[in-house]
Amino acid sequence: MLSRRLRQLAAAAAAAAVPVLAAAQATVEVPFFYPIAVGGPITKIIDGFAADFEKENPGVKLKPIYTGSYQDSIAKALTSVKSGDPPVTSILLSTDMYTLIDEDAIVPFDDLVKTPEDKAWLAGFYPGFMENSRTGGKTWGIPFQRSTVVLYWNKEMFKEAGLDPNRPPATWQEQLDYAQKLTRRDASGKVTQWGLQIPSSGFPYWLFQGLAIQNGVNLMNAAGTETYYDRPEVIGALQYWVDLARKHRVHPEGIVEWGTTPKDFFERKMAMMWTTTGNLTNVKNNAKFDFGVAMLPAGKQRGSPTGGGNFYIFKKSTPAQREAAFKFIKWVTQPARAAQWSIDTGYVAVSQAAYDTPAMKKYVSEFPAAAVARDQLPYAKAELSTHDNQRVTKALNDGLQAALTGTKTPEAAMRDAQREAERLLRAHRR
Amino acid sequence: MSASATVHEPRGAGRALESVAAWTLGVLWILPLAYAVWTAFHPAEFSTRFVPGAPLTLDNFVKAWNAAPFARYFVNTVVLVTTILAAQLVLVTLAAYAFARYRFPGDDVAFALVLVQLMIMPDVLIVENYRTMTVLGIKDTILSIGLPYMASAFGIFLLRQTFKTVPRELDEAARVEGCSSLQTLWKVYVPLAKPTYVAYALVSVSYHWNNFLWPLIITESVESRPVTVGLQVFASTDQGIDWSIITAATLLTTGPLLVAFLLFQRQFVQSFMRAGIK
Amino acid sequence: MNRATQWIHAWLLLLPAAALLALFTHYPAVANLWHSFFSTPKGARPAVFVGLDNYRNLVDDPIFWQAFANNLWYALGTIPTSIAIAIAMAVWVNDRLPGRGFLRLAYFTPTVLPMIAVANIWLFFFTPEYGLLEQVTGALGFASHNWLGSKETALPALMVVTIWKEAGFFMIFYLAALQSMSPHLAEAAAIEGASRWYFFRRVTLPLLMPTTLFVLVNAVINAFRLVDHVFVMTRGGPDSATTLLLYYVYEIGFRFWDSAYAAALTMVLLALLAVVALAQFFFLDRKVHYQ
Repeated sequence: MLSRRLRQLAAAAAAAAVPVLAAAQATVEVPFFYPIAVGGPITKIIDGFAADFEKENPGVKLKPIYTGSYQDSIAKALTSVKSGDPPVTSILLSTDMYTLIDEDAIVPFDDLVKTPEDKAWLAGFYPGFMENSRTGGKTWGIPFQRSTVVLYWNKEMFKEAGLDPNRPPATWQEQLDYAQKLTRRDASGKVTQWGLQIPSSGFPYWLFQGLAIQNGVNLMNAAGTETYYDRPEVIGALQYWVDLARKHRVHPEGIVEWGTTPKDFFERKMAMMWTTTGNLTNVKNNAKFDFGVAMLPAGKQRGSPTGGGNFYIFKKSTPAQREAAFKFIKWVTQPARAAQWSIDTGYVAVSQAAYDTPAMKKYVSEFPAAAVARDQLPYAKAELSTHDNQRVTKALNDGLQAALTGTKTPEAAMRDAQREAERLLRAHRR
Repeated sequence: MSASATVHEPRGAGRALESVAAWTLGVLWILPLAYAVWTAFHPAEFSTRFVPGAPLTLDNFVKAWNAAPFARYFVNTVVLVTTILAAQLVLVTLAAYAFARYRFPGDDVAFALVLVQLMIMPDVLIVENYRTMTVLGIKDTILSIGLPYMASAFGIFLLRQTFKTVPRELDEAARVEGCSSLQTLWKVYVPLAKPTYVAYALVSVSYHWNNFLWPLIITESVESRPVTVGLQVFASTDQGIDWSIITAATLLTTGPLLVAFLLFQRQFVQSFMRAGIK
Repeated sequence: MNRATQWIHAWLLLLPAAALLALFTHYPAVANLWHSFFSTPKGARPAVFVGLDNYRNLVDDPIFWQAFANNLWYALGTIPTSIAIAIAMAVWVNDRLPGRGFLRLAYFTPTVLPMIAVANIWLFFFTPEYGLLEQVTGALGFASHNWLGSKETALPALMVVTIWKEAGFFMIFYLAALQSMSPHLAEAAAIEGASRWYFFRRVTLPLLMPTTLFVLVNAVINAFRLVDHVFVMTRGGPDSATTLLLYYVYEIGFRFWDSAYAAALTMVLLALLAVVALAQFFFLDRKVHYQ
């Protein structure tokens, strides 16, 4: 008898539990990989985004997972795809697009963009950023934390060299002239101050891309199946870079370390440096002198590659999860939020609408350097990204370093790099 | 050492010359540590300038501490190092005992197979071991960092040599008193091999405290990352290198090991001597 | 105890270590060989048997040959120097030179500091213009040089870091050996009027041979195993001038995600290590008395 009562009780309890379970099922979990090492202010901002979004969208559980550097994050994303447990959405390098497509890991946004508002939202991003998001007529990534290359200069040194401290070089010729005036040597002929420094360790292709675009061509086609490393314009761009160091001696010889370049700038070892917009806050805090930020000088035209990370949505997810992730991506890229994100982090805001917000207008008027990246965006082109991206890029990196260290002529270096890229990409052209 | 043994110590000009050489080398060798101390305790503008009287500060330590979860990394490393060492001591003792005191079919082949690991260390087999850890489903855990190192050929080899020097009579006496094999091992062999254990433990701890490549590959989260990987993730930012904070972080994370070494360096060398690693 | 139980005991004692060794040393070595005959699975495409294709690609890969040559130079550049310095250090610390406590400490600290951390410090030492090395050479009136940024000096710069890191560790072994040498030898030599250098060359050095063998094996393995500083200081550049074999394995396996090609490359590394092991076994082992 007792046991029957117990059974009834158990049944009642189970019945009571059903709605709870149903409610639990109705909550959509969205694991979200974000490429940063845990700790520091940015994780707090992201955690804040997640909490605010959940408050406005009950039933969605957004789970930010901090996955370290971009390199770590793509590794983690790819292995989790292979082991069958990928995130629903993730921010990864915009250049990882072809890799993710080749691994059959992501879905295009086209199926999620349905309403006219969605279409207007998608059209609102700077076209320069969208170049790394589209291939084969589809959109695979949404720009979020993006950057470009800009020129920083030391105004005091400009003054000392008799240059107008508020007028950065606008053309290649000016850049060279200025650099010659800014390079200083001691009595023995040893350089004590360089005119210009363009880093070439680690990922020289990114900075070099600026030179190539300025000289008239980008390095690859939009389908990511062809590279143009051995075009005369590209070789010419490399020749310009090599000449700065080897012929004109206004730029250090050999490889310039990316990591120490900002420090070199602070130590007044050079007057102008090319580096990412992402260094703005760092320079602002550490430069003990008046500095300026400018668009890269023009060759035949102005130009810079874009850089940074995009949102992707992973294939192995339920339609409800994809919808929820899409909703979050729209939410977080709204002009007001994008503007605040840009102000807080130093990344370039991804749409014109974000720059038109009052908060952003006020920030730019107080700190005009923040507008330089925006003004350069109309000239910005897609960052080098192809199928088999890492290797095709390495071929170029090695070629650039060979030319800069003087082991190959620019022409030979670029021909070798192109041959290697051809070999790697042949399989992707069928 | 007796007084007369000093006859071959350097004298006169030779002594002066050698002292200078030894000291030059010593200064060169301590330089990176000296630089780390200088830079960590001074503001960033002095990280490349060595001016006496530069202001001292603890800011860099505060910044480093707040910039990354070093406390967690530190705990991970301590757990990692102790887990590996504990497992190694047990496994190595048992295996070394088998090789030192038992004759069994295939013992030579088995020993040769163990020695293979002296050359082909887990550090080289990263691609396959990564695959194995994925299959086992323990990727990104402290256990997965340690597992490939737990059966240590170096330890087995070392301890076998030591066990072999234990007089048979002691072994037999223990048996006469009714000790089982394991009891004999515990009561006779292990106490006699203490210096070897100490020397081996020190090598193991400093090796795994500093190991980088395998942990870099197999870990993905703060919960399992040791300090070396944490340091690297922290140091390689797009914004360039900030030596003040990196050196502060380095001192924070290696401090305990350094202090322990300072305190025990004499015993360290002596245990090596007595362990017969020479 | 009869024979059979003894065998069983022995195997039981061996079992835990043997299982782990088999799983993480023997199996991966064999599996690595097996996987090197297949292609890398990608997206929907599974791995297929490709025979020797990966090895053929290896032969055609100029970076592989460069890494191979780099690694041999690296071994050649680091091993003899660090052993020689280690012996000198041990002799000095063993003698009663003034301040030997400090010296022993100074020599040994690199062993305790993680390579990944000190590599950042060495990066500063080698930085052009204001790096420590430049501050010194500049004060002496030498021209500035981009140590890590030129192909000729990048690998030697890494070698310096390796020697610095290793010598103190090897010193400990030599020191232990020196301290257990009988003082009577020195007394006898002194009575016969042998010079310090003669004694070192004819007595000390030969007696240190077993230690040297042990250290040599360690140094050879390290030359193929220790690539941490490459990550921080050069990332294999400029133009692959500092790409060592294991770093290339990492790059291919964990940045290009081409696990099959990485497996073929690992086989080369294993073969190299096997040659070293055999050389040691057949050649060196007979020449020195191993305790």
